[in-house]
Amino acid sequence: MNARVHDITMTVNGEETRATVDARKTLVDFLRDDAALTGSHIGCEHGVCGACSVRVDGAVVRGCLMLAVQCDGARVETIEGVAETDEITDLQEAFIARNALQCGYCTPGMLLTAQELLAAGGVPSREQIRVHLSGNYCRCTGYQAIVDAVEAVAQARHSSRETR
Amino acid sequence: MKITDDSPPTLSALDRPNSYIGRSVPRPNLARLTRGRAQFVSDVTLPRMAHVAFVRSPHAHARITAIATAAAKTSPGVIAVVTGAELAKVITPWVGVLTHLKGIKSAPQHAIAVERACWQGEAVCAVVARTRAEAEDGCELVDVGYEELPAVTDAETALDAGTPVIHPELGDNLTFERVLVAGDPDQGFKDADAVVETTFVFGRHTGVTNEARAIVADWNSGDERLTVYQGTQAPHMMQNLFAKHLGLEEHQVRVLTKDVGGSFGIKVHTYADEMATVALSKLLKRPIKFVADRIESFVTDIHARDHRVKAKIGVKSDGSITAWEIDDLTGIGPYSVYPRTSGIEANQIVNLTGGPYTCPNYRARARVVFQNKNVMCQYRAVGHPIATAVTEGLVELAAAQIGMDPLEIRRRNLIPDDAHPSSGPSGIKFEALSHHESLAHLDAMMNYAGLRAEQKRLRAQGIYRGIGFASFVEVTNPSAAFYGIGGAKISAQDGVTIRLDAQGAIICQTGVTEQGQGAEAVIAQVAASSFGVPIERVRIITGDTDNTPYGGGTWASRAAGIGGEAAWQAGKALRANVLACAASILQAKPENLDIRNGAIVDSGTGTERLPLHELARIAYFRPDTLPPGFQAELMATRHYVPRAWPFAFTNGIQASYLEVDTESGFVTLLKHWCVEDCGTVINPQLVDEQIRGGVVQGLGGALFEHCIYDERGQLTNGNMADYLVPMAAEMPDIEIGHVVTPTADSELGAKGAGEAGTAGAPGAVMNAINDALRPLGAKPLTDMPFTPGRILQALDRV
Repeated sequence: MNARVHDITMTVNGEETRATVDARKTLVDFLRDDAALTGSHIGCEHGVCGACSVRVDGAVVRGCLMLAVQCDGARVETIEGVAETDEITDLQEAFIARNALQCGYCTPGMLLTAQELLAAGGVPSREQIRVHLSGNYCRCTGYQAIVDAVEAVAQARHSSRETR
Repeated sequence: MKITDDSPPTLSALDRPNSYIGRSVPRPNLARLTRGRAQFVSDVTLPRMAHVAFVRSPHAHARITAIATAAAKTSPGVIAVVTGAELAKVITPWVGVLTHLKGIKSAPQHAIAVERACWQGEAVCAVVARTRAEAEDGCELVDVGYEELPAVTDAETALDAGTPVIHPELGDNLTFERVLVAGDPDQGFKDADAVVETTFVFGRHTGVTNEARAIVADWNSGDERLTVYQGTQAPHMMQNLFAKHLGLEEHQVRVLTKDVGGSFGIKVHTYADEMATVALSKLLKRPIKFVADRIESFVTDIHARDHRVKAKIGVKSDGSITAWEIDDLTGIGPYSVYPRTSGIEANQIVNLTGGPYTCPNYRARARVVFQNKNVMCQYRAVGHPIATAVTEGLVELAAAQIGMDPLEIRRRNLIPDDAHPSSGPSGIKFEALSHHESLAHLDAMMNYAGLRAEQKRLRAQGIYRGIGFASFVEVTNPSAAFYGIGGAKISAQDGVTIRLDAQGAIICQTGVTEQGQGAEAVIAQVAASSFGVPIERVRIITGDTDNTPYGGGTWASRAAGIGGEAAWQAGKALRANVLACAASILQAKPENLDIRNGAIVDSGTGTERLPLHELARIAYFRPDTLPPGFQAELMATRHYVPRAWPFAFTNGIQASYLEVDTESGFVTLLKHWCVEDCGTVINPQLVDEQIRGGVVQGLGGALFEHCIYDERGQLTNGNMADYLVPMAAEMPDIEIGHVVTPTADSELGAKGAGEAGTAGAPGAVMNAINDALRPLGAKPLTDMPFTPGRILQALDRV
């Protein structure tokens, strides 16, 4: 049953990681169980809730809909890695200031997905923010605080670009 | 009373120097959550830990004729395969009844089904393996023989003579019945100029916590001690139950709860698979982990609502309400859930219906029946969304019948703000409420007159918008009247211990728990204010039965009101102890000293006399320099439980503004408002976010969420693609206002705020949809969720 195993190499948060994995193992299970990076969470296990969002070669993907073997040779970034850079410090601070998380289980996926929108530049409307986040489930906040936080960061980044 | 929006209330008794009460202080525990450094139970790994997966019944009701486990036992990685009969030697069954719900009955429930499975999804065998995947492989190889039994699925016929009785030893399928008559309902209906009668239906829904239920149980046979990492709202309750059913003493069980990925009442109950996990750890003498997958969550996490309420209101042409009547029926699955029972939601509906209004003539009946579906139990705002939607639906239908504005009929019937203490129609007691002030505030905040004008203008263009309201009362700060008097070992009191550390910071241990509401922030704010240190100098310890005072945990909107008051009192007690020590060092009188901003000061002038770290240094390391006979006591514990009132009722009113597309039946939520009175507001931002999150949970129930069972008891939409939850794009912005009426039962005066949003939102949306469609002659919609199909049916378009 577990005969189908593969040797893979991927860069996880900048570190080269070699492993032998079952063909059936999802990327998020690999990150959590094998790489011990538990910041990526498992919610629905079928691509609906966004709790397992990670970046693969720069694109935000669902860690439960990709297999670890598909990431052989890829560059994978999780919330732990992104948090160690300065890339989303302002967004993290805005989430805290606005209480845009309660239980915090959706937050890593929400932050990476919001950053994808913010990195595209400009100041998105609240409507655009809501649509962009519409694949990330949050049971606690009712979303308004999250929209507020993302909007505030978009405006701040925009005005800092303007004044540069 | 005072209206506040975002400004903190004025608090005389609480207004100490550097007070954090009434301030939107950021929560101290958020950074780890934004950095992926939290520790949810699903993240916990222990040495020698094995994983359990369960074989679950595919049938709603079936006799188990045989379980063949040999093939599974030889599957790679499998450590053990354990049946219900085998596990029953380690853990005893339980019965979910309470003595104060007169006549409630249920049958013994096992950790793993023995002989018979009573709902689709009930565990019938456990497979323990090195990994979850290997455990699931093993489950595939367990061969269970079933003899299908007739499934009881329709609550309406559950009590019919021809319907099989699920537990024959109980005699019938009736779990619980309550009948209440108050005032003179017959005379009330006779006096009415109009009587409106309808049936409200509430779909079954469930909590869909983003992190599924998760537990790691570690029986150490050397220590003879069980350590349980569990995502629970009530660690001490679970400690008691694990001990009781495993034959241990409570001190042999430690329950640890760190980060919890959403609860909402889902994680405050006894789940058979979690009990099985602790029993398997005891049996196999190693750590065992169980994390429900999403399909398991849908078929085993408690469901809620699923009520059918026939309801009637009498009203005079001047708008005065003359009588209420309800007949509630609910099917709760095959077992009453342990230990809180599945009778509470129906009981609450009887208690709360008509609650905001003066009319005392009330007749109610509630029946709770068994059926072969997943179990139902208490979920956020227990009973409130139903009682509120029924009451407010009746009030707005009556207003439409007599041609009166929906706010005007409320003004004429809501309990006056100066009439307290008062009672609701069922006899529930209100210390002090502010219905009229809340309504006036809402009226102004939403610009009601302006919205009506806009609605009228748009109707002329064929755009159908609706405005709906829901006044409500909410049960918070429960005393022992909720569970303790019925015999459940669920603590109504809570404690806080505060100690001064050797550098002058304070460490607070509290029995209330954190699942995202902000309990840690609130306790820290109160302790910092009460004792006198900057909030950065406060550390909170929670979720550990070894290291916190005995307490109830966080549910029923109790953490701030009950845990907060304990923290307030503990802070005062420690301040007195520290000032006694300071007085002996400074040769001053304690009453002339105070603690402000981390230092002992002269209370008159505010001049600093001694920093706290210096006091701690002397007390801990040079006590020889203190006067003979003086002993510094730098740790203080206080407990609190409400005694004067069984519950601290809060009140409020919500409004929904929405648009119905009469071609597609789709509802667009445009805006939502809530004015709420939870007494003293400790942290305005956290209160507002509790309300917003609660509103959205209520909106989900009104528009989307529905556990759809077929007639054979099969859940047909048990996944997140088919069971719809509110997502960001469909949700409106929600404006919050406050009226502040503190409870006099505590010095802090705080009531709860966790459930107000969920209580009122479904009723407000229902009324808004019916308001939108009224000019089209649509039949009033009273069957939640209000799907496009149901709306088109009401419009006779399908």
